[in-house]
Amino acid sequence: MIGDTLSRIGRVGIFLVRVLRHAGVVFTEPRAVVHQIYNAGARSLVIIMLCGLFVGMVLGLQGYDLLQRFGSEDALGVAAALGLLKELGPVVTALLFAGRAGTSLTSEIGLMRATDQLTAMEIMAVDPLRKVVAPRLIGGIIAMPLLVAVFNVIGLFGAQLIGVQVMGVDTGAFWSQMQGAVELDDVNEGIVKSFCFGIACSLVAVYEGYHAQPTAAGVGLATTRTVVISSVLTLLIDYILTAAFLGR
Amino acid sequence: MPEGAAVAASKDAVVRVRGLHYGFGSRKIFDGIDLEAAHGRVTAVMGPSGTGKTTLLRLITGQVAPAAGSVEVFGREVTTLDTAGVYSLRRRMGMLFQNGALLTDLSVFENVAFPVRAHARLPERVLRQLVLTKLHAVGLRGAAELMPSELSGGMARRVALARAIVMDPDLLIYDEPFVGLDPVSMGVIVRLIRDLNDALGITSIVVSHDVRELASIAHHSYLLSGGKVVAHGTPAELDASPLPIVRQFMSGESDGPVPFHYPAADYHADLLGDGKERPRS
Repeated sequence: MIGDTLSRIGRVGIFLVRVLRHAGVVFTEPRAVVHQIYNAGARSLVIIMLCGLFVGMVLGLQGYDLLQRFGSEDALGVAAALGLLKELGPVVTALLFAGRAGTSLTSEIGLMRATDQLTAMEIMAVDPLRKVVAPRLIGGIIAMPLLVAVFNVIGLFGAQLIGVQVMGVDTGAFWSQMQGAVELDDVNEGIVKSFCFGIACSLVAVYEGYHAQPTAAGVGLATTRTVVISSVLTLLIDYILTAAFLGR
Repeated sequence: MPEGAAVAASKDAVVRVRGLHYGFGSRKIFDGIDLEAAHGRVTAVMGPSGTGKTTLLRLITGQVAPAAGSVEVFGREVTTLDTAGVYSLRRRMGMLFQNGALLTDLSVFENVAFPVRAHARLPERVLRQLVLTKLHAVGLRGAAELMPSELSGGMARRVALARAIVMDPDLLIYDEPFVGLDPVSMGVIVRLIRDLNDALGITSIVVSHDVRELASIAHHSYLLSGGKVVAHGTPAELDASPLPIVRQFMSGESDGPVPFHYPAADYHADLLGDGKERPRS
C-alpha cells in the first residue's frame, strides 16, 4: 500500500518534470495557454461567484452570532476577511475547481487518449505533453489564484451584505477594522495556498486524464479519481501550509 | 511466392522486420515474423482479427518495443532509437488511423494544417494553399470549414488521409482504412490509396482484412496468423495458394484452420453441467 503510493507519487513527479520541460509554451504558444485559462478560469466564474457569495453570507451570519456573544460584532469584517483570505477562499475554490475544471480537463484528455488523438499527435512527431498537457497545466495554475481572488471579493461582499445590511453592524467599523487588522502576510498566505492548490489540482487532473484507460469506464474512473485525489490533496496541503505559516 | 518462406532481403526495402517477437504478458502476439515493404509499393498486411496487425504498425512506428527482433525503417533500427530519434523518423511517415483520429476541437482545415504548424513556419497564405491542395486531392476542399463532428465516417477518413499526406511523407501507413465504410466511400479510399502511392511515389503499408479491396491495390501481401507470416506474395499468388488457412481467409469461410468458436469446454457438458456458476471475470 505505502509502496504503491510512493511509487505513484514518484510517477506523478516524473510526469510533472516532463511537462514542465515544455513550460516554454507560455511564450511560444501564448494563445493556447490563454485559451486554457479561459477554459479553466472564465468558465468556472459563475459557480465560483455564486459559491463565494453564499460562503460569505454564511460567514456573516455565523461570525455575527459568535462575535455578538462577546460584544465584538464590529470585528465581523476582520473575521470574514481573515477567514476568506487565509482559508475558505483558497480551499473552497480549489474544491470547486477540482469538481468543475479538473473533471473537464481529465475527461477531455482521457477522451483524446481513447479516440487515438494523442497517438495521432505522437505519430505526427508532435509531443502531446507539449501540445495538450502543458498549456492545460499552466492555464490551470494561473487560473486558480485569479478565481480565488474573485471568490474572496464576492465572499466579502456577501459577509458585508448580511453583517452590515441585515444584522446592523456599523459599516465604518466593518471596513476600518478589516483594513487595520488584515496584513500583507495574510494576503500572501492565501496567494501561496492558491498557487499550491492550482499546481496540485491541475496536475492531478492532467495526469489522470493522460493515463486514463482508453475506454468509457476508464475515463469515468479517471474523472472520479481526479475529484477524490484533488480534494484530499487540497486539504492535506492546506494543513501543511497552515502549520508552516503559523510556525514562522 | 512459397508460403512460409523466409522473406528475401531487398535493397530497396523502406521497412524491414526481422525475427520479431512480441507479446502481452504470457500471450504471444508475434513469434518471429519477417516482413518487408519495398520502396514505392503498396504492401498489404492481412490476417484474421486479433492477429496483431495494428500491433505490428505500433512496432513499426516505434510506439512499443518488441521483445526480440529487428524493426528497420528508412535504414534505421527503430528499437534502438531514443524519443528524439523516433520523432525524427516519424516526420517522414504519415498514418491513417482506423477511426481517423481527427482532433475534435479543430476544424477540418486546422486538422490538416496541424502537423505543418507544428513543424514548419510557413506564411499563412502558403499554408492555406498547401492545405487546400491536400483537401482537394481527397475531394474535400469544400468541407474545409466543417468540424469533425459534422463529417461522415468516410469523410473523416479522407480528411485524416489529407492530414497524413500534408507533410509529403515517404511512408504512408493505413490501419484498417476500409472499416465501417459504405461501398462508395470504400471505393473512394481504395482509389486514393493507390493514386496517392503512384502519384507521390511513396511507400504504403495497408493493414486490413478486406481481401478484395487489398487485392485491387496491393503489390505484395502478407498473411499473418498465429503469430507468424503464414504466406506472402502478390494477391494473385495468395489467391492461388493451396494452403488451407490461406484458402479460408481468401474465400471468407467461417470455419477452418481459424476456428469459428473461441476455445471452450465441451458444449454438451457445458449446457448440462452441474449447474455451478461460471466465474465472472
